[in-house]
Amino acid sequence: MPKRTDLDSILIIGAGPIVIGQACEFDYSGAQACKALREEGYKVILVNSNPATIMTDPDMADVTYIEPITWQVLEKIIAKERPSALLPTMGGQTALNCALDLAKHGVLEKYGVEMIGASKEAIDKAEDREKFKAAMTRLGLGSARSAIAHSMEEALQVQAALGFPTIIRPSFTMGGSGGGIAYNKDEFVAICERGLEASPTHELLIEESLLGWKEYEMEVVRDRKDNCIIICSIENFDPMGVHTGDSITVAPAQTLTDKEYQIMRDASLAVLREIGVDTGGSNVQFATNPADGRMVVIEMNPRVSRSSALASKATGFPIAKIAAKLAVGYTLDELRNDITGGATPASFEPSIDYVVTKVPRFAFEKFPQADDRLTTQMKSVGEVMAMGRTLQESLQKALRGLEVGADGLDPRTTDREEIEAELMSPGPERIWYVGDAFRAGMSIDEVHAVSKIDPWFLDQIQALIEMETALANRTLTDVGADELRRLKRAGFSDRRLAKLLGTDQHAVRARRGELAIHPVYKRVDTCAAEFATQTAYMYSTYEEECEAQPGDRKKIMVLGGGPNRIGQGIEFDYCCVHAALSLRESGFETIMVNCNPETVSTDYDTSDRLYFEPLTLEDVLEIVRIEKPVGVIVQYGGQTPLKLARDLEKNGVPIIGTSPDMIDAAEDRERFQKMLHDLGLKQPPNRTARNPDSAIRMAEEIGYPLVVRPSYVLGGRAMEIVREEADLVRYMAEAVKVSNDSPVLLDRFLNDAIEVDVDALSDGEQVVIGGIMQHIEQAGVHSGDSACSLPPYSLSDELQDELRRQTVAMAKALKVCGLMNVQFAIQGETVYVLEVNPRASRTVPYVSKAIGAPLAKIAARAMAGLSLKSQGFEKEIIPPYYCVKEAVFPFRKFPGVDTILGPEMKSTGEVMGVGDNFGEAFVKSQLASSDGLPKAGGRAFISVRSSDRDAIVEVAQGLRDLGFSLVATRGTAQTIESAGIPVAVVNKVKEGRPHIVDMIKNGDIDFIVNVVEDKKAVKDSYAIRAEALARRVVYFTTLAGAHAACLGMRHGSELEVYSLQSLHQRLH
Amino acid sequence: MSFDQPAILVLADGSVFRGRSIGAEGTTTGEVVFNTALTGYQEILTDPSYSRQIVTLTYPHIGNVGVNTEDVEAAATHAAGLVVRDVPRLHSNFRAGQSLPEYLKNQNLIAIADIDTRRLTRILREKGAQNGCVMAGAVDEAKALDAARAFPGLAGMDLAKVVTAPAPYEWTETEWKLGRGYCAQAAPRFHVVAYDYGVKRNILRMLAERGCRLTVLPATASADEALALKPDGVFLSNGPGDPEPCDYAIRAIGELVTTKIPLFGICLGHQLLALASGARTVKMKFGHHGANHPVKDLDSGRVAITSQNHGFAVDAATLPANLRSTHVSLFDGSLQGIARTDAPAFSFQGHPEASPGPHDMSYLFDRFIQMMADHTAVH
Repeated sequence: MPKRTDLDSILIIGAGPIVIGQACEFDYSGAQACKALREEGYKVILVNSNPATIMTDPDMADVTYIEPITWQVLEKIIAKERPSALLPTMGGQTALNCALDLAKHGVLEKYGVEMIGASKEAIDKAEDREKFKAAMTRLGLGSARSAIAHSMEEALQVQAALGFPTIIRPSFTMGGSGGGIAYNKDEFVAICERGLEASPTHELLIEESLLGWKEYEMEVVRDRKDNCIIICSIENFDPMGVHTGDSITVAPAQTLTDKEYQIMRDASLAVLREIGVDTGGSNVQFATNPADGRMVVIEMNPRVSRSSALASKATGFPIAKIAAKLAVGYTLDELRNDITGGATPASFEPSIDYVVTKVPRFAFEKFPQADDRLTTQMKSVGEVMAMGRTLQESLQKALRGLEVGADGLDPRTTDREEIEAELMSPGPERIWYVGDAFRAGMSIDEVHAVSKIDPWFLDQIQALIEMETALANRTLTDVGADELRRLKRAGFSDRRLAKLLGTDQHAVRARRGELAIHPVYKRVDTCAAEFATQTAYMYSTYEEECEAQPGDRKKIMVLGGGPNRIGQGIEFDYCCVHAALSLRESGFETIMVNCNPETVSTDYDTSDRLYFEPLTLEDVLEIVRIEKPVGVIVQYGGQTPLKLARDLEKNGVPIIGTSPDMIDAAEDRERFQKMLHDLGLKQPPNRTARNPDSAIRMAEEIGYPLVVRPSYVLGGRAMEIVREEADLVRYMAEAVKVSNDSPVLLDRFLNDAIEVDVDALSDGEQVVIGGIMQHIEQAGVHSGDSACSLPPYSLSDELQDELRRQTVAMAKALKVCGLMNVQFAIQGETVYVLEVNPRASRTVPYVSKAIGAPLAKIAARAMAGLSLKSQGFEKEIIPPYYCVKEAVFPFRKFPGVDTILGPEMKSTGEVMGVGDNFGEAFVKSQLASSDGLPKAGGRAFISVRSSDRDAIVEVAQGLRDLGFSLVATRGTAQTIESAGIPVAVVNKVKEGRPHIVDMIKNGDIDFIVNVVEDKKAVKDSYAIRAEALARRVVYFTTLAGAHAACLGMRHGSELEVYSLQSLHQRLH
Repeated sequence: MSFDQPAILVLADGSVFRGRSIGAEGTTTGEVVFNTALTGYQEILTDPSYSRQIVTLTYPHIGNVGVNTEDVEAAATHAAGLVVRDVPRLHSNFRAGQSLPEYLKNQNLIAIADIDTRRLTRILREKGAQNGCVMAGAVDEAKALDAARAFPGLAGMDLAKVVTAPAPYEWTETEWKLGRGYCAQAAPRFHVVAYDYGVKRNILRMLAERGCRLTVLPATASADEALALKPDGVFLSNGPGDPEPCDYAIRAIGELVTTKIPLFGICLGHQLLALASGARTVKMKFGHHGANHPVKDLDSGRVAITSQNHGFAVDAATLPANLRSTHVSLFDGSLQGIARTDAPAFSFQGHPEASPGPHDMSYLFDRFIQMMADHTAVH
């Protein structure tokens, strides 16, 4: 059946901001869908609130809306664009839920929009726990014993029949949010309360525990003729009990016989047919009892997912792209398999001849109060994938690709008790404790007994530990060619071997060179070499034959950003993709190196050649050895490639763009200070301390409060504001652990300063400002966590010109070639330079969308030698509309974590709101990032520190004008009242009941302004923020944020929608 | 078990692979082929169609689930040798009885691990299936090369005669089910005579499951011998080697077709039906060996993912008027299924019995049953 001709335009909904459970895999799938549908001649209308995505690039869709993903906003877009169909399966749970809302509210019917890819009924059946279970029973497939509860009372009844431990899964939540495992009644009640709250339908599935069962996942694709194929099977290293997103997973499944595998395959197809997924990709999760093979279905997703992105990368079969084409009527046999150059059809099942390992990356260091035990609620923020010819090789590559300081299975402890505890109750580092268990002499049976990890995996790890142990008390020269080759074949990194042999990685590399031990590169071809491929999608391994076949065109290599983490995510991948695309357009052969399976950069279509490899010095140097690029770009992938720059340069690698020496000049305190001094620019008074004593002495010299942080960090890791000596002493003791040998930086903290980000680019001659972004939160809140406005909403032209002048001066001094980001703080009329980063910044995609110019592309070409003049980009573009970026936080996933903002970055993603004025843009940013601002006329609670009392009057008046009635804590109330504004007094928590938390609990508060500063006040007011978060009450922890909210609410909730293309037209 | 014995694989083109022995010691020769199935090595090793073939499995870890007593397609292994990248030292599966290396030694099967099997596969893909020699224990590359070159090749080789059962037997075991294993047949509806050219047990199990009482006859049994059993249908099994020299089988099938008794053939049985109908067969470059091959049913338009294992094929250009093609491979367009237009006889090139592989084609067994039901209703 060829494609449908009765459709002409198709609406795709994206996944919105990056959050835990929904990351850039949906940019990958959405971008693929856009490309696939446009290729077929359909007009594509795209909606996504996330500006950091490739899919929202204005040339990816015909019409692009960076607008909040709510059904009301979507209705406006549908009314305007009148699409013939809606494809809801590319944007994760967000898109699926929004599509269901549109159907439920009759919008699709009203405008005659057909849902393609998955029907409302299919989505309902898959997502509704009760309907799903009934469907499985109809199929004769086992599922865990369970029942549904809609209240605590029902939940307790259900539990009584199932016993402990009990699994609790709220319906319709993403990443298992709000769920958990209860071992006793207290835990059960706590999790159920949270789950009922989290589920939009207030529904829980309470289930018998399958803890310790083996877990599998099948990726399935179906077309409208009922042709079904399995793209990939995945086996979890971590057995049931840990969310798949938090599990180490391996493809293909390792411990199933063909008979068992085929039962699972049959069941997967039956599930798709029963649920009614007519076309597209889905995944089905299974658990099997290791003792007798009993198999139960856990769940299915009737859409592309995180694991379909993984399966696509693992096999080379582009699931989202194919799914998009199936949705418009093609059948699998009508589509070709790209990777074999179309020699074979898409209707086959990929066969792979390597092992793929995915390891999640966590960010608990950012949330010390969070519970770091892994459960059925996803907590990881990113992942790394690695390929090797054996499990050992792929696992060890994945571990070093994680960038958590591990070069392989580095030891954690020798304490047997600690080891057993970690094995039994898994945390983020269980895999390393498995290694320790074998070092401590535990047997496979013993480790299996506590961890339930399959003995097959355990043996693989035990063998690695034996290989490590065999190196004890030996030196590098003792290790002969055969043994070294064997070790490399098992995936040991040079750095790990160096540690084991008491030397450094350079010596190991030199030794390998002498013995001619180098990796070869094998191709990912979907067919285990049965058909020839021209697609250069490769991974390294230590085998005989190399298939890299590098060409002799001029090549530029882009180093990616590795796994997502807080502080380094999709924004950097966006930049890397742009570098590859623009240099390809400019005639270079482009080579991408990255190990993050969620990304667009690791789509084999993005660059000419893709090396799916860890971003370590060893791995990059080996690729350079084979490819010999004329230039390597290190400034786009965030800190990951940047920290390799110097070593790469030392090894003769041609780094293009700003030189590593100048990057260092910007990072190195003393050199930077000298530069600013020479330029006559100001910096907050600062010092560099190398030990606690000097820190205390220096602090006295510059005065408290101080911003303290270790040098060379991204995302404000371990950054804090300290207000007194005791705090500093504690910090210095802790910081040493974080920063190893790098020194600690002390800066005078600028009270009440406005922070501004400036992005600029240069070709080494000319400097052009990309954008000036005024932060909404004051200096002291990490720039990644702060909302900001482009253009600035309250900075004078003179000040903006001064920022421009300073930016240009610094760019020239640093001989910037490529991108640069500067952070300024403005106190009164004085401009201070906080920091300069001569690299791509987090804001590049946002600025590019706002000003309608692809900064990363332009800068990449500049690095490759094309002047800004030749590219026609010589003038700053200042839009006549406002774009507000707002951060999105994972607090809901981490009960117990304070939501107060500070210098350490905690957000996982961002959204953009656009409007004709600041208020409109801000309202949208809030609607897109959270539940939106409240309607005017409710009740607002205000409590601020004494230093803010004067400034609060304006906010109070603003809220009053909006019809809010005010309540405030005693001190704040006095100030407000004395300004003649009516306000009621409410007790602080410690002042006795009823107090403010009672009011929030009772639903009496609609808006909260809670500004606190010193540690004690922060602690005292924690309950307010926790309750606000739980009850979804809008709250602001900064005065500036509250002020902006007033501007927003004044604009009201009647929102216009603007396509990016129409906005950009206003620029000309 | 110690794995310190060296092993080599030498191809007739002179390519040498050095690895270690994971099975019996000694020398074996055969045609080297690759199979891309990710699961089912035990079924593959015991499939009689692999007689005189040295099988390379492209998935690198082989032996993960050990070996059990159930997943066998014949009483013993039939492959001439096994080539893999890695055999894990520990296997894990609730049904496993012994490790793969133990099994290989017990079966006296020569096998090599630790070689770059992807390099080997690419050689076979580019140059076609080659004759080769695996030597394990005391290795001598020159001797191995001589042995590889001395292997006559499968073209013209009648192996059905070699692997077939020596005497007729009955079959009652049905399909495998999780938690129950194999079951015994109750109350059969039809009597099927199955020609054993190297039959895979799962074919017999699937027929038994569908209510067939089975009498299995040796490959050389005449049509009269089969007809004397008064069958409701005749089945032509899979098997190794070149179909052309099997003149006894071609003759018997030719006679059986004229009786209008329902007839169903798989793999070699398919090729023999084609030959008996007047079509020709050819030797393929490297054949089809895997569990992911898309085959289109030309009647329904649907695509099935199939299990495949053949080195010879029916030449679609030679089909006589009374043979129509029913299935085609979407990998290379080659003929996958035929049906007689003048008799209730049809056949399939791939393996609808799977084992290993997907179950998508099992409907062909149902079709055969339906044919017998229709036939008995008429007669």
